[in-house]
Amino acid sequence: MNTAGSVSWFLALLLAPLLLGIINRTKAFFAGRQGAPLVQAYFDCWKLLQKGAVYSRTTTWVFVSGPVAGLAAVLAAAALVPLGGIGAPVSFAGDLILFAYLLGLMRFLTVLAALDTGSSFEGMGASREVWFSALAEPALLLGLAVLARETKSLSLSGMIFALTGEVWTRSGIILLLLAVALFIVLLAENARIPVDDPNTHLELTMIHEVMVLDHSGPDFGFILYGAALKLWVLSALLVGVVVPVRTGNPWLDGAAVLAGIMAVAVLVGIVESCMARLRLFRVPQLLVGAGAFSTLALILALR
Amino acid sequence: MESKRLLRAYNSCPVGLRDIPLVSISEFRETLIRNVAQGARLAALFGRPHEPNTLRVLAVLARGSEGTLFIVETEVSDCYPALTVDCPQAHWFEREVAEQWGVRPEGHPWLKPIRFHHSYRLGRDAWARAATEVIQPSMTDFFQMAGEEVHEVAVGPVHAGIIEPGHFRFQCHGENVYHLEISLGYQHRGVERAMIGGPNHRSAHYMETLAGDTSIGHMTAYCQAMEALTGYTVPGRAHVLRAVALELERLANHTGDIGALAGDVGYLPTAAHCGRLRGDFLNLTALLCGNRFGRGFVRPGGVVFDLDTNQAGILLDRIGRIYQNVTTAVDLLWKTPSVVARFEKTGRLPRETCEELGLVGPAARACGIERDVRYEFPSGTYTLSHIPVATGETGDVFARAYVRWLEIQRSVAFIQEQLEMLPCGPIRVGTGDLPPERLVVSLVEGWRGEICHVALTDAQGHFAHYKVVDPSFHNWMGLAMALRDQQISDFPLCNKSFNLSYCGHDL
Repeated sequence: MNTAGSVSWFLALLLAPLLLGIINRTKAFFAGRQGAPLVQAYFDCWKLLQKGAVYSRTTTWVFVSGPVAGLAAVLAAAALVPLGGIGAPVSFAGDLILFAYLLGLMRFLTVLAALDTGSSFEGMGASREVWFSALAEPALLLGLAVLARETKSLSLSGMIFALTGEVWTRSGIILLLLAVALFIVLLAENARIPVDDPNTHLELTMIHEVMVLDHSGPDFGFILYGAALKLWVLSALLVGVVVPVRTGNPWLDGAAVLAGIMAVAVLVGIVESCMARLRLFRVPQLLVGAGAFSTLALILALR
Repeated sequence: MESKRLLRAYNSCPVGLRDIPLVSISEFRETLIRNVAQGARLAALFGRPHEPNTLRVLAVLARGSEGTLFIVETEVSDCYPALTVDCPQAHWFEREVAEQWGVRPEGHPWLKPIRFHHSYRLGRDAWARAATEVIQPSMTDFFQMAGEEVHEVAVGPVHAGIIEPGHFRFQCHGENVYHLEISLGYQHRGVERAMIGGPNHRSAHYMETLAGDTSIGHMTAYCQAMEALTGYTVPGRAHVLRAVALELERLANHTGDIGALAGDVGYLPTAAHCGRLRGDFLNLTALLCGNRFGRGFVRPGGVVFDLDTNQAGILLDRIGRIYQNVTTAVDLLWKTPSVVARFEKTGRLPRETCEELGLVGPAARACGIERDVRYEFPSGTYTLSHIPVATGETGDVFARAYVRWLEIQRSVAFIQEQLEMLPCGPIRVGTGDLPPERLVVSLVEGWRGEICHVALTDAQGHFAHYKVVDPSFHNWMGLAMALRDQQISDFPLCNKSFNLSYCGHDL
């Protein structure tokens, strides 16, 4: 573990909820509203941590452990993702596989906890989540394979560190395809429009939200924070690819990546303001499309 | 189609109770089935107690092409052969009659309570429940599908949004809905029963709060009935002001609906702006009478508040500006492909189903049926100036949204035209006592569709019976049918595209 790496991890822990605030502010701007404070997600987490939790009699330890274990998984995943040129605290050859499956583990635990309630709503949400993530996962893994091939590295930190402007001039089209695929995966994994609508109150249309309906108090706080962190790590990965600022000056590199991450949040907000959510059975087409982008990038990279 | 055994009547023209033909149940069935098959529509069907052991069932048929109503009555005791089998329009009505009066329609395919209360006649119950038994809403057997992979989803009565209570039971296979059963009655408060013995100082308030978003519509229907019975002529100026208020109510609700539809598919700009603009339309109603929902504006004999030239100018100025904003917000909706893709082919209701069920309002017009009280059975100022009927073709969410948009355009034009040539004169005349033993059918096109009030007076000139048919009463079944073979995730959007009233149904 290195000092600079620890800084990138702590920055993630500290700033992740801010992304939700930026998205909401962007949406509020498009809707002609003032919007909630930028730090609203912090307030929400703090409020939830002070509350008591209610557990249904039909649930077991699976339900109780879901949010905590899910948060642990995403915290571990965050430790693998570098902030541009600043390496991650943990890095080893093959950590990209661990990264993908830590996110998978987080989802698996959320799904288990949802099924544990026995509610028809949560079962429906769990089924949708698993269906869509099965389609999003190939897009992510193939995308990481492209990165590994282009940078001749098998660790996330190594890959992103090696991804300089020179790689962009050499194989820009590959990275562009990859960035599009990653952005779609980011929207799907974080339950944003056009895949899911984080603002809706309609249980029958929800995917992610409906799975966590029965969680309350600190458990729900963990889920909210975990979701913010997941958004952060995927944004950091995307920005690592599209912002190739590797000057060697940690201040400059870090600032560029942080600005990039905030820009991703703004972009998510713009997407949510400009289009409607897809019909549920159209979502797989979008995700398969992301997979196709990744595959094409891989073919071009292997050429 | 004219039968000697049918009494011809018109919107808001009273008839004598004794003139209503009383026919045998077999003739009653045969007449209704034949007329409905020939294009008439069942506007109302209800029971009224006659002698201790007999119940009279009265039907009001509406024939829109001629603008005429037909009334016929029959007498039943404990049971009778159900109409629904041959005339699906009677479905909900027959369940209501069974629940209220303990009469059993034999062979009814779906005989369950609709509001979950005890029968109005002691000792009679269509389901043989004891008078002491506690009846709770939705406590009934729902239709169920058997099979390993089939699952049931129950939604409500407590919902996530701030809406009224109702219970929805879906039979699904994966994301696909095979069947939706809607169970209401949570807001049953006995409005019709409370009207009996009136009119009194409470009657108007019952009518205005019958469905909170249709205060003007229901109140106008009530006033039309009262004025028709007493024979007083409402001044022209009052007619115009009522029509302006009615159209403002339509504008506010249609705008709110379009915004809510955008919100349900996650399209932010239109949702946000239409939500605000709905409030602006409500404020115009407040300009008329001081209340955003138009309470206290319409009263028997006319309207209570006048609109002076200055206020009319303000209203015209403001409505023009609001309309511009609505146009911008709604055009955005039609220009966004993701929204249109989401609306099209969602919750499609075939025209045949719509006709079989006798749907009304924008839901019927979205299927291409020209059904509009303002056009078919005009009353008040609508007899003089017509509003073109707005229809769609596809019967899906898109058509229901688009019909609303067309109606917004036409209502604005109508209000502007009416205010330009507002007749002079008084705004209200006094009304007298009701004559004995008369019946009147009063129809008004509320924003949801046809509002039908039927008032019957007794020998003393009080209400012997008061029947309200809210458009939701016809249309709830349409929503259930629109969901067949659809995605369960599309239910909220379909539901919003119908936007039916729970309290207007539950009464």
